[in-house]
Amino acid sequence: MSSYFADFASLFEQFDVFQAFWVNIQLTFFAAIGSMLLGTVLALMRVSPIASMRWLGAGYVNIIRNTPLTIILVFLVLGVWSQLQINLSSDFNQNFFRYAVIGLAIYHAAFVCEAIRSGVNTVPVGQAEAARAIGLGFLPSARLIIFPQALRGAITPLGNTLIALTKNTTVAAAASVTEISALMKSMIEFRPDVIIAVFLTVAIGFVLIVVPVGLLTTWASRKFAVVR
Amino acid sequence: MSSKAQNVLFDVQGPRGRLLTLIFNIVGVLLVAALAWVVLGKLADQGQLQAEKWTQLFTARSWNNFFLPGILQTLRAAGLAVVLSVIFGLIFGLGRLSQLTIVRGVSTVVVEFFRAVPVLVMMIFFYLGIGRTGLVPPSETPFWAVVLGLMLYNGAVIAELIRSGVHSLPRGQREAGLVVGMTESQVLRAILLPQALTAMLPSLVSQFVVILKDTALGYIITYPELLASARRLGSGDGNILQTLLMAAVVFVVINFALTSLAQWLSSFLSYRTAGRTKPTTAPAPAAVK
Repeated sequence: MSSYFADFASLFEQFDVFQAFWVNIQLTFFAAIGSMLLGTVLALMRVSPIASMRWLGAGYVNIIRNTPLTIILVFLVLGVWSQLQINLSSDFNQNFFRYAVIGLAIYHAAFVCEAIRSGVNTVPVGQAEAARAIGLGFLPSARLIIFPQALRGAITPLGNTLIALTKNTTVAAAASVTEISALMKSMIEFRPDVIIAVFLTVAIGFVLIVVPVGLLTTWASRKFAVVR
Repeated sequence: MSSKAQNVLFDVQGPRGRLLTLIFNIVGVLLVAALAWVVLGKLADQGQLQAEKWTQLFTARSWNNFFLPGILQTLRAAGLAVVLSVIFGLIFGLGRLSQLTIVRGVSTVVVEFFRAVPVLVMMIFFYLGIGRTGLVPPSETPFWAVVLGLMLYNGAVIAELIRSGVHSLPRGQREAGLVVGMTESQVLRAILLPQALTAMLPSLVSQFVVILKDTALGYIITYPELLASARRLGSGDGNILQTLLMAAVVFVVINFALTSLAQWLSSFLSYRTAGRTKPTTAPAPAAVK
């Protein structure tokens, strides 16, 4: 039994588990910013008075939401990079990393958009009517009245999207990024006898990242709840 | 998704507003056209607009040898995963509602654990783990890895759906059952669960979309599903961009049909239960995928 743990511990010297997790955290960070920006623009488009913008937003969300993330990432790497030869960085690994961030951001922006839209729906009709009554147009009333309340109402779904994004960074393995799921695969292939311990390490690592995010979301959604 | 709340954001427009809208519409169309021009230009530069690269997508050879077998494998994995995850979800969903603290505790740990672990990590574990047990022939290992990974994750999500479905029923339903002399478990089986299951059907169908999409993860562990066959077809003939696009279209069409079914169910079933049938616009934690 003790030799099992010794075998397992020796794996950490050959494989940098923390470095791999750090890659996942970086992917999460950059993709979260990207999808938040894109998602907010999409949400604004979907509630705007301009019909073409609404259609564009709805089309984007419906198509991206129904496409597997794996296809998006494989498409970017095999299609856009390999066939169209668009390089995002001269560094080989950095290039894949950036493609993975873009793919993750494109995919999760659709969910961020829906989260914000569900937040917009929590804002009472009277707020929008009052904004219009004092003469605010679409953009001013969206910026000053609706979105500040909608974002606070959207904390829970946004947090869920962030949790999903964190877990989905493992799919970056399909875009040749060396992150934790790819590392786990080589660890198990190298030492198949300690497979359970390796799996539990990675799984618990994710539990440790995901659970605090969930708790933080719950806390924030209560703390910033709009009192009505 | 009340469109009411959105339409109040702006008034019926006057002449100036209509003019602005028109201008923005034109700008929007021009932007899209410019984007399309850049993309098409880039495609043409790399010779991706040659007719045969696209017409090849619609030949009998492509469909008989690549797309249809791929779709079949995708549906096979998704179908079994749907059945198994519903069973898994029922067992642990009821476990979380149990009167026994220990059953409740175990179910909670199981559900929370499998919801937090990425599906791909589970798939890789089973892919490399099942082979060592020798329970299934090596050629079937990726299939079972995909099915088991999907079952554990989506089963846990469905367990949560069942629990929240029961909790979202009006309190009077349970109280009325107790008043007429039923026990807690009779109330659960005869009154709460049927209504909760009806109420959660739309969310359940949305979860099937997640299952179908996630079968594409099987690509990473060499399961020959749609994405993998599209890639094989494309790398053989040098039109991977086009074949992947076709695979995406197939996924979007199937999933869009499922999503529409969920929306229709939601309005159809709302008369048949005391619970809320609206699918969670904000998916249950981690159900986003």
